[in-house]
Amino acid sequence: MTLTRKGPAIDFTNGRVDMTHGGGGRAMAQLVEELFVAAFDNDMLRQRNDQASFTVEAGRMVMTTDGYVISPMFFPGGDIGSLAVHGTVNDVAMAGAVPIALSASFIIEEGLPLADLKRIVQSMAAASKEAGVPIVTGDTKVVEKGKGDGLFISTTGIGRVPVGLDISGDKARAGDAILVSGTMGDHGVAVMSQRESLGFETTLKSDSAALHRLVAEMVAAVPSIHCLRDPTRGGLAATLNEMATQSGVGMMIYEAKIPVRPEVHGACELLGLDPLYVANEGKLIAICPADQAEALLAVMRAHPLGADAAIIGEVIPDDHQFVQMETAFGGKRVVDWLAGEQLPRIC
Amino acid sequence: MKYIDEYRDGALAKKIAASIKAEADPGRDYALMEFCGGHTHAISRYGIEDLLPANVRMIHGPGCPVCVLPIGRVDNAIELARRPEVVLCTYGDLLRVPGSKRSSLLKVKAEGADVRMVYSAADSLKVAAEHPDKQVVFFAIGFETTTPPTALVLKQAKALNLCNFSVFCNHVLTPSAVRTILESPEVRELGTVPLDGFIGPAHVSTVIGSRPYEYFAEEYQKPVVIAGFEPLDVLQAILMLVRQLNEGRYEVENEFSRAVTPEGNRKAQAVVAEVFELRRLFEWRGLGMVPYSALRIKEPFAQWDAERRFDIQPLSVPDVKACECGAILRGLKKPADCRLFGKACTPESPMGSCMVSAEGACAAFWTYGRFRQYQQDKR
Repeated sequence: MTLTRKGPAIDFTNGRVDMTHGGGGRAMAQLVEELFVAAFDNDMLRQRNDQASFTVEAGRMVMTTDGYVISPMFFPGGDIGSLAVHGTVNDVAMAGAVPIALSASFIIEEGLPLADLKRIVQSMAAASKEAGVPIVTGDTKVVEKGKGDGLFISTTGIGRVPVGLDISGDKARAGDAILVSGTMGDHGVAVMSQRESLGFETTLKSDSAALHRLVAEMVAAVPSIHCLRDPTRGGLAATLNEMATQSGVGMMIYEAKIPVRPEVHGACELLGLDPLYVANEGKLIAICPADQAEALLAVMRAHPLGADAAIIGEVIPDDHQFVQMETAFGGKRVVDWLAGEQLPRIC
Repeated sequence: MKYIDEYRDGALAKKIAASIKAEADPGRDYALMEFCGGHTHAISRYGIEDLLPANVRMIHGPGCPVCVLPIGRVDNAIELARRPEVVLCTYGDLLRVPGSKRSSLLKVKAEGADVRMVYSAADSLKVAAEHPDKQVVFFAIGFETTTPPTALVLKQAKALNLCNFSVFCNHVLTPSAVRTILESPEVRELGTVPLDGFIGPAHVSTVIGSRPYEYFAEEYQKPVVIAGFEPLDVLQAILMLVRQLNEGRYEVENEFSRAVTPEGNRKAQAVVAEVFELRRLFEWRGLGMVPYSALRIKEPFAQWDAERRFDIQPLSVPDVKACECGAILRGLKKPADCRLFGKACTPESPMGSCMVSAEGACAAFWTYGRFRQYQQDKR
């Protein structure tokens, strides 16, 4: 069954999005049908209602939403579409939850090549299938040229928290160990390398990935994990500061123990950036009781997305809630919140 | 990372720190000024002060180009940016520098002005070529390091006869600032600010060479050690200064010999001399009016001088009353001595220029070192 009489075929090779694709008429219905529904194909979407309808098991649910405005839209290791799936799946997973479903809303600027839109939607569909988390409802809007920047995507995710878990950013306690799942700064540097104004090349790829399966193994092995969070915008530094403030504690990390790829170090050195502030899209920070840290580390390292995991520091009592770092050089310093921004829009 | 890690080696740092501790005379104090913001940043970022004995104290000097730019010049740039025909290009740090009435280039950008962050002076030339219908102005600041690239774009603009491009020149000179500090009454006569020696600039010295500092060493009897911006460079320079002071020497020594020669970069000096000449007087934030301390664009390049093209008038705007940037830049006060520090004035909402750039004394202390303030409180 299709809801529309077929119009002329959409030109996905040379065509561009125009205002009719958001106008509520036949062109819009055709685009939704032939691109979005075809790519995201699942039972709930096929019902073609304004909402997805499904039953849920009893228990604690989590819900999260995120907007994706990244520039450029395509970067080594991913694109705005795969990022919009991974980012939201990860935000659900950071409660220890099992992601159930996603929604997706597209704000498209008039003039976007349909070939780009198709590539992004297909990449999004592939990421969603790979993660096993369907996109069950969505929306498209087209704005006039100059009123958007190509494409903005918003995704919302829901998930269910397994019984027995209580993971939250305010649960860090003095003495806890701080772990990261891998190298810091890969995503941000990969994206920056694509900006023409910066003019450098790298073989580095974004680490964009869905972390819910890694999390499932972690919480199964160490259900007493206190905090999980993905260090996206603002990087490791901002995320540790958020959790220190939420939990009312300080943190001490050791520069020599933080995994950073040499090429990330090199690019940051050139651009005057600090890898601790550069965004990640496929990494997480875990805080757990010290006596569980080695067990947790072993589970993380056994998973492909946690192969470079490391224990990087510990939670300490501190009324000022400073995140401090012992530098590889032997001194100490504060790892502060980022003031302003290092560079615009990298996630 | 090769050629970088060697200069950040923690084990070697411990050895040099041990030598400093062993050689520093416990019966005296060593007050050493690092002139450059690059050194201030390295000291804070690597926690170098933790490796020094209590009687070896670092004073953070005025060598942060953003920090010494007076409010009047920022206001000039803001006015320029507000002109509908102007695209103002500048280095990232400058965007947040507060002008008067808490305005900044970042704020006028949000109001609709076309302000662009560039990574090099050459990028602004590209913007001019791409927008022939606009007046593209490069807001040029910095010490001798960033001056040659500005000179080159002026030469290129002239060669291309690029009529929609101009430079708002704010380039300043290191030796004049050092002299002003040494001549200040606090240092010279009153002796209220002990200043025993200098860590000399890294990148600036690659351009001007080590020779210009010989005058200071001789005339003011203060040792100078030119050092690179890596933490081991700084630590080694401190050891060299301690040794000079112990032996009663006041010489110019060059720790940064891998990049600095006595003569400096003659090609760069020639291109600067071709395009720029000395200004008779220029205002520095914190130091006031300093004679022959800045550069302006020479007559043959007048057509590309934004000051002439837009008839920019000098403005002298006083600092926010409670702001201690001036005293901090002269080494009279420390960031935590300022009533605004960390309260009304933070990197997110800076009142004074020392809080803006990562090289500024206040921002460096706030960002990297402020836990020390509380450690001292506890003692």
